[in-house]
Amino acid sequence: MDIIGTLQKLAMESGFAAFFMAGGWKNAVMILIAFVLLYLGIVKKFEPLLLCGIAFGCLLANLSYFISQGGTNAMYHPELWEAFLDANSPYYHSYGHIMANAGLLDFFYIGVKAGIYPSLIFMGVGAMTDFGPLLSNPKSLLLGAAAQFGVFVAFFGALLLGFNGKEAASIGIIGGADGPTAIYLTTKLAPHLLGPIAIAAYSYMALIPMIQPPLMKLCTTEEMRKVKMEQTREVSKKEKIIFPIVVASFVILLLPSTAPLIGCLMLGNLFRETGVTDRLSDTAQNALMNIVTIFLATSVGATMVGDNFLQIQTLFIIVLGLIAFSISTVGGLAGGVIMYYASGKKINPLIGSAGVSAVPMAARVSQDVGRRYNKTNFLLMHAMGPNVAGVIGSAIAAGFLLSVFG
Amino acid sequence: MDLVNLSLGNGAAIALLGYCVVFLGIVMLMLVVMLLCRIMIANQKKEAAKAAASAPAEAPIVVVPAPASLAPGTAGDLKLYDTDPKDAAMIMAIVADTLGKPLNELRFISIKEVKD
Repeated sequence: MDIIGTLQKLAMESGFAAFFMAGGWKNAVMILIAFVLLYLGIVKKFEPLLLCGIAFGCLLANLSYFISQGGTNAMYHPELWEAFLDANSPYYHSYGHIMANAGLLDFFYIGVKAGIYPSLIFMGVGAMTDFGPLLSNPKSLLLGAAAQFGVFVAFFGALLLGFNGKEAASIGIIGGADGPTAIYLTTKLAPHLLGPIAIAAYSYMALIPMIQPPLMKLCTTEEMRKVKMEQTREVSKKEKIIFPIVVASFVILLLPSTAPLIGCLMLGNLFRETGVTDRLSDTAQNALMNIVTIFLATSVGATMVGDNFLQIQTLFIIVLGLIAFSISTVGGLAGGVIMYYASGKKINPLIGSAGVSAVPMAARVSQDVGRRYNKTNFLLMHAMGPNVAGVIGSAIAAGFLLSVFG
Repeated sequence: MDLVNLSLGNGAAIALLGYCVVFLGIVMLMLVVMLLCRIMIANQKKEAAKAAASAPAEAPIVVVPAPASLAPGTAGDLKLYDTDPKDAAMIMAIVADTLGKPLNELRFISIKEVKD
């Protein structure tokens, strides 16, 4: 028996040998990036529920692709999805071809590609959201619209940097500060950018307590920040039940492309409010949400393969994402300042920054900053109105971009 | 218009149009929600007026029971007005946490929901 020959063969077939193959370094770098993301998720607690899954999906995809060089052992096959999206390929839009050759993460990714996971996440968000504050003060919807400003500024900025229309639309939606919406739109318009866009969206959402307070200070005066808002009116059960039905009907008729997101958001909310579907509401909020989060995070992470991710475009996306997010915050605050004057100084403009979705983190930041200037101020429930309005606003912005570029 | 290789002029127009569409959509939604709220509030007022009209002219006499002897260590009864016991427990825990005092050293007399 040729012992040395056998050992040599084993060494050549191992993943370690692949480090020295052409392009192998890219996967090695991606593995290191996965470690960094795991560190950020676990130690720094940056959106850990998502970042841990994204990082581990990235690790698995790169490890398995690295070892098998895209062979049958790979858990994710970017080349299958390239053929799926290539109009000249015989496998264009062929799920059969994907399923016949897929690895585990390819199967997971079908749910992202078909827009299933973001919609189901929206159902969970709807089941967890109390629209009472919005109903008690419907004018706060305007702040949710004002805070979509960054979406369109970043869209234009991306065009300036040479991205095409579909890519620019996907990058711009990071400013909506709504992870599922960003993933949904990017999957439809620019799936090759999914990894960096998802990372940027969730990273900035995790960094809200650091990004927003300086902007809040910059855009408002101390007098504005001290304004104590009056208690919102009590909203009846009947209003809360009718609200999701009315919103779904109206928004979907207005922009049919928002149907999957708004439809699921409002269905989840209806489960919550009816009082006769508690079991469904509980499932949507907990079990379903958790299961879908696992699939969504790992499959988004799997798209972060070296060839797609290690490009100068990724750096641009990270920078544009931050710009989008910051301008959206400023847009919301500007809306808040206008409402402060329009209401006779009765509205605290700090609630405007909550108009970027990121429920409930952005509302909590409004509360914390407000209390720093007036200890007796409780802005949380007032900020929840613009906050949930931001979810609707970002879904409408995504629906518009989808209807233009889809 | 080539929507993939978009010119900057067209891009700016789409950005502006997009923001206007979002704003317009939200404004229309706000009006619908306001209308819904008005209808609901008007209904509530009607129902309240009907209930008041059908109620007996004199308020029923409320018999207040004599206070029972208190258990050792208790701070007495807590009166709740329009407040769930669960919410009350939460409020008391928050107050205790904010004041930095143990809950058993505080005495809550009543908790009332303040309405507009």
